[in-house]
Amino acid sequence: MTIDLVLFLGLALIAVLAAIAMIASRNTVYSALFLVFNFLTVATLYLLLNAAFIAVVQITVYAGAIMVLFLFVIMLLGTERESIGGRIRWQMPLAIVLGLALAGELAYVLLRNGIVQGLAADLSTEFGSPASIGRVLFSEYLVPFEVTSILLLVAMIGAIVITRKLRREGK
Amino acid sequence: MNLMGLLRGLWAAFLSMFEMLRGLWTTFRSMFETPVTYQYPEVKRPVRERFKGRHVLKRYDNGLERCIGCALCAAACPADAIFVEAAENTDEERYSPGERYARTYEINLMRCIFCGYCEDACPTEAIVLEHQYELSFTSRRDAIYTKELLIVPVPEGGKPTPQNVPVGMFNRAIPEMKDPA
Amino acid sequence: MSWALLLEWVIKSAVIIMIILGGFAYLTLFERRVLARMQTRIGPNRAGPWGLLQPVADGIKLIFNEELIPEQADRVLFILAPVITVVPALIILAVIPLGPEVTLFGRRYVFGLASNINVGVLYILAVASIAVYGIVIAGWASGNKYALMGGVRSTAQMVSYELALALAFVGPIMLAGSMSVDAIIEGQTHLWYVILQPLGFLIFLIAAVAEINRAPFDMPEAEQELVAGYHAEYSGMKFALFFMAEYGKMIAVSFIAATMFLGGYLGPFLDRWPLLGPIYLFIKVVALLFFLVWLRATFPRFRYDQLMAFGWKILLPLGLLNVVITGVIIVLVGG
Repeated sequence: MTIDLVLFLGLALIAVLAAIAMIASRNTVYSALFLVFNFLTVATLYLLLNAAFIAVVQITVYAGAIMVLFLFVIMLLGTERESIGGRIRWQMPLAIVLGLALAGELAYVLLRNGIVQGLAADLSTEFGSPASIGRVLFSEYLVPFEVTSILLLVAMIGAIVITRKLRREGK
Repeated sequence: MNLMGLLRGLWAAFLSMFEMLRGLWTTFRSMFETPVTYQYPEVKRPVRERFKGRHVLKRYDNGLERCIGCALCAAACPADAIFVEAAENTDEERYSPGERYARTYEINLMRCIFCGYCEDACPTEAIVLEHQYELSFTSRRDAIYTKELLIVPVPEGGKPTPQNVPVGMFNRAIPEMKDPA
Repeated sequence: MSWALLLEWVIKSAVIIMIILGGFAYLTLFERRVLARMQTRIGPNRAGPWGLLQPVADGIKLIFNEELIPEQADRVLFILAPVITVVPALIILAVIPLGPEVTLFGRRYVFGLASNINVGVLYILAVASIAVYGIVIAGWASGNKYALMGGVRSTAQMVSYELALALAFVGPIMLAGSMSVDAIIEGQTHLWYVILQPLGFLIFLIAAVAEINRAPFDMPEAEQELVAGYHAEYSGMKFALFFMAEYGKMIAVSFIAATMFLGGYLGPFLDRWPLLGPIYLFIKVVALLFFLVWLRATFPRFRYDQLMAFGWKILLPLGLLNVVITGVIIVLVGG
């Protein structure tokens, strides 16, 4: 048992527990914070995989920007307590179906490839560096990258249009 | 927004940069001015002539107390901080000119608002608000200044009260005063 | 990993944390003295010679303060929040080298923890981006509407100015061709980036002041409107931790600005006496700290909507413009 494996098991346990706590928590602020904690743990897992860039981006984007906005909205609306209106009726069956699908996919991949050992050893030092990621992103994956950015742009314009319409009605 | 408006806005922003630099220069320059601070316990700022600090009870040159126990100060006091108890003077034991003197004279300095109405009310100019302003107490009782604490020491050439004086010499309670106008 | 290396790392970490902690204590005194001078006062000069023991006196006072937890507070998060606030301020300096490599007793030493990692700049941004949580949690957990307003304001403010901050970093990154802090310092051997990137430096300074909630951007704790904002309900050592975080962030920002734009530890005669490096860095950091205090002494607080409008409508486009200009010039000159 290498030290990496011990670290992985510990972090994985923390990540899973944080995820469960996030779902189980009655208070939305606690849920959001558990999710942040989960993101930080996953970022550490990325570090273990020699992917410092992904780890740091994970923290900056998910923990640092998106979850902050989540918290902002929760606090601004004052909806810390779960509403009494009850759960959505089709939530439970859908969750079971999706969970089973994910488990099936994982099982398929694992059964086909087996547990890959020593993956980190045959990686070059350049792996996961900002330069190499940038190169791949702007050559091999250029089209998906641009599509994503257009998607984000559309979403942004949509948000702006909605707020402008509201403002004009308010006037 | 048209182009002219944009240009005008940019020009205004550019000008405001200079204003900000001017502000920075002002604060920087004031670093080299002499501080206005008084190093208080060591250096004390002299108060104005008409500053209203703690009260004192005055005496005449011969040592007699000016206060005649009339309690007009107590009546004038808006904070009800003054307590006066008068007693009769005799020529053998004379404290002040006239019939009566203040046997007890107390000012509660926690009530006093230092307005100086007592000073205005006093017919003999006995109570005066002077320049003492370091008034801090460790208990409420300490804040009550008695006559012994308020009265000024006997001036040179005077005698301490009570004095034994010739009969009929100090029958007039309120001295002849010059018209202040 | 050998024990000697581990020990070296522990010592380095301790030194960096001590810089923040000791710096925090004396930065409070420095700020109060400078601020006082700018207002033609003297400032604290009673405790010890020239008031040098004032931080100690403040510390003792804060330790003996009563620790209050409000009735409406969320106890767990209320206690956790100051800790969460302090941690980013303490760890952000890990990628800043304090001096050049030196050889002592036949071993090579680097004055810094991880200045050579290839995501150094991103690390700074990541830590800066999670620094907001302490403030938000404090504001929410206090169960006080003023504190909550402070927390909400700080989220909006920090998310908005982080973008400009990141864009300001892009200039040096492009010039150095690397995100490693070491490479960025090396790139400034001949010319500091503040000369090549004046706009970038300006944007960085403004965004950084907003990011650390200093005047004139101290909206989350605007006394006149929000009592004290997110730390209105805190007292004693818990309040001291917020204070420490705020001043720690000031120090960290000064270190970062000095490193990214002012050549870090670089200075004349460095190759002959490498130990001059930390001294140069110290001088630059103190100068920047002075500037931060100077700003506080000069400018009144922004109005909240002005702050947001400035961040999104002026600073962010300027940052983008700066990136574009830098890129075009690099392509034209040929790097």
